[in-house]
Amino acid sequence: MQSAIMLSKKEKKLIKDIWERLTPVAEDIGSDALLRMFASYPGTKTYFSHLDISPGSSHLQSHGKKIVLAIAEGAKDISQLTVTLAPLQTLHAYQLRIDPTNFKLLSHCMLVTLACYLGEEFTPVAHAAMDKFLSAFAAVLAEKYR
Amino acid sequence: MVKWTEEERQTIRSVWEKVDIDETGPQLIARALIVYPWTERYFGTFGDIFTTSAILTNAKVATHGKVVLRALDRAVKNLDNITETYAALSRLHYEKLKVDPDNFRLLADCITITIACKLKAALNPQVQATWQKFLSAVVEAMNNQYK
Repeated sequence: MQSAIMLSKKEKKLIKDIWERLTPVAEDIGSDALLRMFASYPGTKTYFSHLDISPGSSHLQSHGKKIVLAIAEGAKDISQLTVTLAPLQTLHAYQLRIDPTNFKLLSHCMLVTLACYLGEEFTPVAHAAMDKFLSAFAAVLAEKYR
Repeated sequence: MVKWTEEERQTIRSVWEKVDIDETGPQLIARALIVYPWTERYFGTFGDIFTTSAILTNAKVATHGKVVLRALDRAVKNLDNITETYAALSRLHYEKLKVDPDNFRLLADCITITIACKLKAALNPQVQATWQKFLSAVVEAMNNQYK
C-alpha cells in the first residue's frame, strides 16, 4: 500500500494518537484549518460559494468537523486508506471536482492548526509524520480523478 | 515590488518581535532536515545529520538556523526593499551553493510552523496570511537572481 510504506509503525501510532485526541474538538480544528486556508489562499473560497464560511458560522463548523472526522477515520488504519476513502474519492472526483492542488494548501493549513494547538508537542518528528500522512491522504483522495 | 499596508507592517513586526533567534534558530534547520530529508544534500560539511537525534544535537545545524533568521531580520527591517536586500544571498545560493529554489518555499513553511508552535493562538488565520505574504516576498527575492 503506497501510502503506508514510508510511515514507520511508530509514526502510524503517533498519527493515530494525535487524531484520536483531536476527535472531540474536530469542529474547532477543522474550522480553524479552513479559515486559515481561506485567509492565505483566497482562491480556495471559490469552492464554497454555496456555504456561509464566515468565522463561527454553523456551515464552517460542520464542514470543518466533517473533514477532521474523515482524516481521523483514515488515521485509525493507515494501511487501509484506499478502502476507507473510497466513497470520498468518488465524491471528490466526480461531484466536487476540486483541483487537487488545493489538497496541499489545506494540508499545510492543517499542519499550522496542529502546531498552534499542540505547541511544542508538535515536534519535528510529529510534523514529518503528519506531513507524510496528509500527503498520502490527499494522494489517495485524488486517485479517481483521471 | 510588494505593497504593504500599515496593518500588514504591524502584523509582520508583531510576529517577528515574538521570535527569539537564539531559541528558534536552532529549531529551524533541524525541522527542515527532519521533515524534508533531501535537504541534507546541501549540508555535506555539517557532519552527522542523518538521524533525528544527530540533527537535533548538531551544533552547525543550530548555528545555521540563527544565520537564516538573522537574514530574515533584514527582510523585516527592509520590507520595501526585500528584493535588493536579498540580491547577494540569492546569487550566493544559486551560483555557489546551487540550491534548488523550491527549498526556499519548504523552508518558509518550516519557519511558519516553527513559529506557530511558539505563538500558538497568536498566529491566527489573518496573522498567518500576512506572515505568509511576507515569506512569499522573501522566497521570491531568493529566487530573483536565478537566471
